[in-house]
Amino acid sequence: MGSDPAGLNRRPGHELAAGLRAGDFSSLELTDVHLAAAERDNRGLHAWLTIDAEGARAQAAAADAALVAARRDGPVAVAALPPLHGLPVALKDLVSVEGGQCTAGSRILEGYRSPYDAHITERLRTAGAVILGKTNMDEFAMGSSTEHSAYGPTSNPWDLDRVPGGSSGGSAVAVAAFHAPFGIGTDTGGSIRQPAALCGIVGMKPTYGRVSRYGIVAFASSLDQVGPFARDSRDAATLLHAVAGRDERDSTSAPVPVPDRLLALAASDDAAAGLLRGKRLGLPREYFVAGMEPGVEARVREAVAALEAAGAVVEEVSLPHTDYGLATYYIVAPAEASANLARYDGIRYGPGMRDGDTLANVLATRGRGFGAEVKRRIMLGTYALSAGYYDAFYLKAQKVRTLIKADFDRLWADGFDALVAPTSPTVAFRFGARLADPVSMYLSDACTLPVNMAGLPGVSIPCGLSEGMPVGLQLIGAPWTEAELFELARGYEALTADAAWRTVEPTDLARAGDPDGPTPMDRAAALAGAA
Amino acid sequence: MASLSRDDVAHVAHLARLGLTADELGRLEGELNHILDQYSRLTELDTDAIAPTAQTIELENILRDDVVRPSLPQAAALANAAATSDGFIVVSAILTGGD
Repeated sequence: MGSDPAGLNRRPGHELAAGLRAGDFSSLELTDVHLAAAERDNRGLHAWLTIDAEGARAQAAAADAALVAARRDGPVAVAALPPLHGLPVALKDLVSVEGGQCTAGSRILEGYRSPYDAHITERLRTAGAVILGKTNMDEFAMGSSTEHSAYGPTSNPWDLDRVPGGSSGGSAVAVAAFHAPFGIGTDTGGSIRQPAALCGIVGMKPTYGRVSRYGIVAFASSLDQVGPFARDSRDAATLLHAVAGRDERDSTSAPVPVPDRLLALAASDDAAAGLLRGKRLGLPREYFVAGMEPGVEARVREAVAALEAAGAVVEEVSLPHTDYGLATYYIVAPAEASANLARYDGIRYGPGMRDGDTLANVLATRGRGFGAEVKRRIMLGTYALSAGYYDAFYLKAQKVRTLIKADFDRLWADGFDALVAPTSPTVAFRFGARLADPVSMYLSDACTLPVNMAGLPGVSIPCGLSEGMPVGLQLIGAPWTEAELFELARGYEALTADAAWRTVEPTDLARAGDPDGPTPMDRAAALAGAA
Repeated sequence: MASLSRDDVAHVAHLARLGLTADELGRLEGELNHILDQYSRLTELDTDAIAPTAQTIELENILRDDVVRPSLPQAAALANAAATSDGFIVVSAILTGGD
């Protein structure tokens, strides 16, 4: 079942787009191949909370009809089809799709049906993309392992006993495991880049304000951004281009033009690598943190050496307030979350308790509906905003945020094109390894969350393996430089196009398809029992 | 910095409208104090002369045109509520006593 002799689902989106236009296969055929892989692996990986085969096939059939019509109208009409036309995409289950579920990984939204499409859903529909379903995530995007999903954890296809990272772990796994060439995540402190690194794919957090958040479940509104996952930088840039841009329904989406350069990343390796020559890159010494695994540091330093060999100028730089990022983030993000999550009262939507008076019902609804991590953050945030503590916590953190942002601004003023750093200090960890100590889980994001604090774009790209697990290289840029970051990423891909590690597929993927194998929940329970 | 007693935790839970069990309150007391310890690092920094950053992209106010547009139909807005009546959402009485 679900065999794909053509291996269509292993091909990048830009090749699938060309094949569709050439008539080599239909959108329905390639949608079916991807659906079959997703359905086959979902027991073993649990990347998806829902797979909408019927809806996806209807969208694919519509895309095929549009293709037929365009072919009848001639080559100009075919060329005018959007780049995502007829191609499958995975959506994190906090993106509203009209009539569909949108749990945000929480029990408190179980059974809720979105009354409208998110802005990015509208944009994807306009682009002709095929939405395959909704992916697993840490509850309300709070977490770095996807273990905080109320619906059970997701396995990493490189080692089924390990986490995929989070919070957008389901979308990262769907793309890494060849269920979809494109995935959407959100990133508040690293929730796109860290799972991209841990699963060996490309993931970008765009500049704050680049993508509209209308119809996206909110976590921390001064930090949240929507962004793309893909298996190469050209596809990730294409997906960003499709969803980015001003939307008047999100007042924080910026009226900044979206560059078409995102669609013009060099196909030729020579041209792509040539763009690295003369680029000035900063290597922030504070990002090589205590607790960083030697194998991760080695891969990142090798990648830096490769960039230098290609003509980039790499200089060690300092971001002196990096060490304060974690504490600052864990005041600002929970404070904003406590306000955003006040709306979940079980009255207007979601399963609510109805046995008592209104206040008792709200207390019980929220007490039962939220998981432990979400409660922790609501408590932290409520405390940090409460009378007598606002100045000591929230205001103080906002001031330190100014210092963190100024560290970056100084480097952009000095003329650096980008910064290069690890994405995560470690490779993917085993289920349960960081659940007992929230602070150890929070450290997973030490290298990514300052980028959110400063509102900057950052992309994680694969740079090799350590102990058989993927390592991510992070490129950080000045505001609105996503295209430049993708050009650097594409340059690095070109340099390493022939590297042996690029030919290695996720090593535990074959086992994920075992119809009688353990689920991620079984594996997590077994590891918890053995500990 | 500050440390939280069990009563403080219960007070914050009430402010947050979270109905927590005794077990949860006990666990949170330990966890929150552990996390608050990490916050104390921030007192090392002198921020008296630093302006706070609430958002990063320095947008000026952007106003939309003041025109009437269609909004979510009432039926769609109410579709997720557990109990509705005549276009309203039904909740328990807030005021009790006295007829």
